[in-house]
Amino acid sequence: MSWHPLDTSITLIGILCAVACALPGTFLVLRKVSMMGDAISHAVLPGLALAFIVTASRASLPMFLGAVVAGVLTALFTGWIGQTGRVERGAAMGIVFTTLFAAGLLIMVQAADRVDLDPSCVLYGAIELAPLDVVATLPLGDTVLDVPRAILVLLGALIANLVLITLFFKELAVTSFDPGFSITAGFRPALIDCALMGLVALTAVAAFEVVGSILVIAMLIVPGATARLLTDRLSATLGWSVAVAATAAILGHLLAVFLPEVLGFPPTSTSGMMAVASGCLFLLALLVRKQVR
Amino acid sequence: MNVGSDLSEPFAQLGRVLFLLDFNTRLVVTGTALLGAACGWIGTFLLLRKRALLGDALSHATLPGIALAFCAMLALGGTGKWLPGLLLGAAFSGALGCATVLALRRFRKIDDDTAMGIVLSVFFGAGVVLLGWAQAQPGGSAAGLESFIYGKTASMVRADVIWIAALSAIALIVSLALFKEFQLLCFDEAYARATGWPTGALDLTLAALVTLVTVAGLQAVGLILVIAFLITPAAAARFWARRLGPTATIAAALGTASGWAGASISALVPQAPAGAVIVLTASALFTLSLLFGTERGLVPHWFKRSRQRHRMDLHHLLRAAYEWLDRHSFPSPPEVPCPALLQARSWSHSHFERIVRRAERAGWIFLAPPDTIRLTPEGFREAARVTRTHRLWEAYLIHYAEIAPSHVDRDADAVEHVLGPEIIAELEAALATGDPVTSPHPTGKNAA
Repeated sequence: MSWHPLDTSITLIGILCAVACALPGTFLVLRKVSMMGDAISHAVLPGLALAFIVTASRASLPMFLGAVVAGVLTALFTGWIGQTGRVERGAAMGIVFTTLFAAGLLIMVQAADRVDLDPSCVLYGAIELAPLDVVATLPLGDTVLDVPRAILVLLGALIANLVLITLFFKELAVTSFDPGFSITAGFRPALIDCALMGLVALTAVAAFEVVGSILVIAMLIVPGATARLLTDRLSATLGWSVAVAATAAILGHLLAVFLPEVLGFPPTSTSGMMAVASGCLFLLALLVRKQVR
Repeated sequence: MNVGSDLSEPFAQLGRVLFLLDFNTRLVVTGTALLGAACGWIGTFLLLRKRALLGDALSHATLPGIALAFCAMLALGGTGKWLPGLLLGAAFSGALGCATVLALRRFRKIDDDTAMGIVLSVFFGAGVVLLGWAQAQPGGSAAGLESFIYGKTASMVRADVIWIAALSAIALIVSLALFKEFQLLCFDEAYARATGWPTGALDLTLAALVTLVTVAGLQAVGLILVIAFLITPAAAARFWARRLGPTATIAAALGTASGWAGASISALVPQAPAGAVIVLTASALFTLSLLFGTERGLVPHWFKRSRQRHRMDLHHLLRAAYEWLDRHSFPSPPEVPCPALLQARSWSHSHFERIVRRAERAGWIFLAPPDTIRLTPEGFREAARVTRTHRLWEAYLIHYAEIAPSHVDRDADAVEHVLGPEIIAELEAALATGDPVTSPHPTGKNAA
């Protein structure tokens, strides 16, 4: 099988998606709340479903709004149940996200005849089909480049992440490493926490249609966890995280297309392979770090 | 047109579902209720071990095993859909996922959350990859494999229920046999290790039991919603009981109830997927428990707190009155001017009035105009007792904790309300002081 222009497109979408997720995901790992990524990526479902029903279309803005609201609510509910009910944080998170996910599923099924929304698309994503959904063309010399919707959406998410993380770098750093000190220094860790969860929700939704709700977790957490093994400085962690994410995306598509060919299998899911590739990079980092120590 | 029969139709259906008259409903309700019981029971241990989300990681980690088992059975010449084979594959990769989480936690830089997140997503990714291959296999249709993710509650067959019952029974028997060991592991791991219990092996056994019920639940409610079955009933039961046995039993009961009610509701309401309705029922039960649970529920807790606050307010009022009387060498009708009492503590006017009314109702004081309260004989005795307790504790602090006399008032203020008669007797014996104890520091408005 030869390299098709579509493969370039898929790889590019994969890289954008992985990098956009890796940036907020690194902070999830540093704050030791990685599973919040799991919770939020499930819990945005009712937000999405309600946005679909209200607008009766797959417009992006209400969808993102619904998702961000649902994501922030997950964080707030988890905190509230954990504190007032003295329920362990993991359990509180599990209760909140399964409830929201079930509610979302129910809304989607109830509205199935009105809105075209496929649960399995939310779960798996369809990176292979993403390049075909072209919304604009970009004339470039003699050739005309197609710009898929996914690239625009993910680019938007990436820019939003870059801008917000650059602007609030100090706040994120201090609340991640020393929440107690950050309170006395006049920061508001709870507020920053909510904002971060909103950002994670936004990124997760942008990445949904490409990699699906569960593989988003791999994109969010694994690069950050890998970077955490390799360095101790925050800026270096973010840099490594982005590098690992991009490498995993490229490797993922290569593995999905070319590895099966070598082994005599049919090609398989790129998003799944991206998760597997990032897992392999994490394992590699684990081994390397062990040798260094 | 017969209007009557139209009206009775929903009721007839309600009756059929409630009394399990339809074979299909009976099957589904039995299956989900059994599963709820098993998940609630095992989930309690998981919750107390502070590993509630391990079920989450585990259930996602079963996917590659299912896909691999499908491919392997297809390669061996079967249809690839033999249920025991698929469940074996699921159990194997789920257990592998659990072991990976437990292994990753040992690294200093990887916290629990990250370990679970990595296993969950990477295993699921591998599952998606394998499923991609499985679906492209010639001869075999992998269409049914999706039911492991979403569940196929409504189309459960007799074999599924038998599997659920068998796997749940195994999990129940093993956990009962190891009840004492699990109890120790959940509440005091360090002690368990120090006394030579194989905590690692016990953790693995618990993980294996969770795998068993998860795998049993995959078919029924799907891998995403089985997580709720493991966490929610157990977390709800903690609001009703304190000891492990009752907690696990209540969790099993709540799981059974949500399975039964959820499956029944979904049979009655059109377009309500059973998995989702069961989860929402469990969440509703959790919310009720959070609010009204007798052990730690918010409403009973709030009542207890406010009762305690009222009692403390009364004590403070009586002590303030007694101290004023003490300073004024006990005038004959024991009357205290309200402004003096108001100054003794930082009470607002309205709060003070509420306390006075409550004390009046208790028969300890009555209002004697103008703006004075008079202690009844019972009230005076109670005031003397409260003040004496306070001063005993102050004397104890001064003698034994060596706290300066000017600093003991606040400490005693916090403790005096909970000192029982035995402690008072002990204090008296320890201090060997006679009656009445005098205040070791100036009282009243000059005290601060």
